[in-house]
Amino acid sequence: MTEEPGNSRRRRFLTAITSILGLAGAGTLAASFVASMRPSARARAAGAPVEVDISRLRERQMLVVAWRGKPVWIMRRSQQMLDDLGTLRQVLVDPDSEIAQQPVYAQNEFRSIRPDILVVLGVCTHLGCAPIKNFERGTASGLSEDWLGGFFCPCHGSKFDLAGRVYKNVPAPTNLEVPPHSFLSDSRILIGTGRGERAV
Amino acid sequence: MSGFLRWMDDRFPFTKVWKEHVAEYYTPKNFNFFYYFGAILTVMLVIQFVTGIILTMHYKPDVASAFASIEYIMRDVPAGWFVRYLHSVGASMIFIALYVHMFRGLMYGSHRSPRELIWLLGMLLYVAMMAEAFFGYLLPWGNMSYWGAQVIVSLFGAIPFVGEGLAQWIRGDYVISDATLNRFFAFHVILLPLLLALLVYLHIVALHKVGSNNPDGVEIKKQKDADGKPLDGIPFHPYYTVKDTFGVGVFLTVYLAIVFFLPELGGWFLEKDNFAPADILQTPPDIVPLWYLTPYYSILRAVTFEWLPGGAKLWGVIAMAAAIVIFFFLPWLDRSRVRSIRYRGWMYKTMLTLFAVTFVMLGYLGTKNPGHVDLIWFKNVTWAQIGLVIYFAFFLLMPIYTRLDRTYAEPDRLTK
Repeated sequence: MTEEPGNSRRRRFLTAITSILGLAGAGTLAASFVASMRPSARARAAGAPVEVDISRLRERQMLVVAWRGKPVWIMRRSQQMLDDLGTLRQVLVDPDSEIAQQPVYAQNEFRSIRPDILVVLGVCTHLGCAPIKNFERGTASGLSEDWLGGFFCPCHGSKFDLAGRVYKNVPAPTNLEVPPHSFLSDSRILIGTGRGERAV
Repeated sequence: MSGFLRWMDDRFPFTKVWKEHVAEYYTPKNFNFFYYFGAILTVMLVIQFVTGIILTMHYKPDVASAFASIEYIMRDVPAGWFVRYLHSVGASMIFIALYVHMFRGLMYGSHRSPRELIWLLGMLLYVAMMAEAFFGYLLPWGNMSYWGAQVIVSLFGAIPFVGEGLAQWIRGDYVISDATLNRFFAFHVILLPLLLALLVYLHIVALHKVGSNNPDGVEIKKQKDADGKPLDGIPFHPYYTVKDTFGVGVFLTVYLAIVFFLPELGGWFLEKDNFAPADILQTPPDIVPLWYLTPYYSILRAVTFEWLPGGAKLWGVIAMAAAIVIFFFLPWLDRSRVRSIRYRGWMYKTMLTLFAVTFVMLGYLGTKNPGHVDLIWFKNVTWAQIGLVIYFAFFLLMPIYTRLDRTYAEPDRLTK
């Protein structure tokens, strides 16, 4: 190619400008393609809060409802169960719920708004399996003599107490997640939105 | 015919390509059993493409009808069961061939200079094949499909800061859902097959540029006759086309025997939990990927050390990714003076054997509950941790032991 001295700078400038514009165009296009894979409006709408009636939930019973396709456990704990929670501190990873796996209004002794009603996601914090409830105490549980009731993940053996707090020396790293929720009345819970919060 | 050929050759390099890559492509004369698997893989990939296209004609990528459409293929579509079993068994058979093909490379030094690029392209093929298998496994929308995908996608959630958003972007929803099934279908039938075809093409182009290695690891191009043809080379066609046809025939016989008589192979090729539709509220008792991914699954679960900064889960994911990525560095980790295991000393032989045994052990443990004792002495997770150490030692210590290892002199010509 014959290079005309007077033109080389202009040519370089044009090449640079064209490349930059071309890249910007390709970038915008790619951004649209990437965005198209995000949850759609329909998926986001389906993730709206769920209302649950707990008037018929008795002590030691557990309800499983689906919210955003994940199982949410709603459980009414007995006084015995609540008393047991205080005795487990030594064997738990995070007994005081310092890791943000719950909204601030559930960061307390029982990890709940009302002491008796536990609301947690039934999704193991290890790899997302569904742990199994086991409310029997001691040998009757088939787990161990000092078991005080809780949840056991069959996939990789993680164990959680009746506040969804994770035991030490199991694969799950953190306590079970408490979803945002609020009480509409004594017998109605809204899963997905905390009091005074907007739906997330 | 010759008139037509001349007409073609004026417009398309037909005869030239035929000669260069088939009729006058010189290959070492001493290929053994392990050299069948390249051809076998090519044939198996074609079978997967053809059966896949037929399955696509009847399958519906929709959570409401996916599972039922598989049952429909199995019961109502003429020969549907046959096509589906060819495809599902074919996936496992590809991985069997793939692992033998890779082990062959490790034995005879096929990753060594000047064949590094062939190795890298082959590794990309391996990764693409694992992705293809993973995406395909969701499609029947069985309970294991669902929970397997749930576990694997949630691994991305372990990445700090961006993880949760990334996992959501992959799923297109807050959980594995219709959106996820639909896009995995797109990846499985369009994106990855295109990528696989392209990579196979590049793998073979790179191979034909440098020529095949062989069990002696000696370059046949160094000894040529007066015409410039390698003394120890024979044309690919008809010698290896015929030989490979035989090898492919034997492999297909085994393959079809499994398709006809043991299509699930006792849960190893199709897991029993996948005969029930996906249930978001009911996890199968043990979530286990299919056997070809379990060595890495074992490594993921072997990391249980909570004291690591960032937590055990994150490091498990890192260890699993590293276990795959480290294969790419093999050509540069191996510092031996010779290529083939025939002329290497005891160190490499020991390490390679140990590695192969460990890989199989990790694969086995990946299908078992970590807390149980299925081997001897220790729990499965302890054995997996031992396996993890050996796995990485094989690679990370390779620059040392391949250099220290006492090697034998390579012959000038191929031996047998």
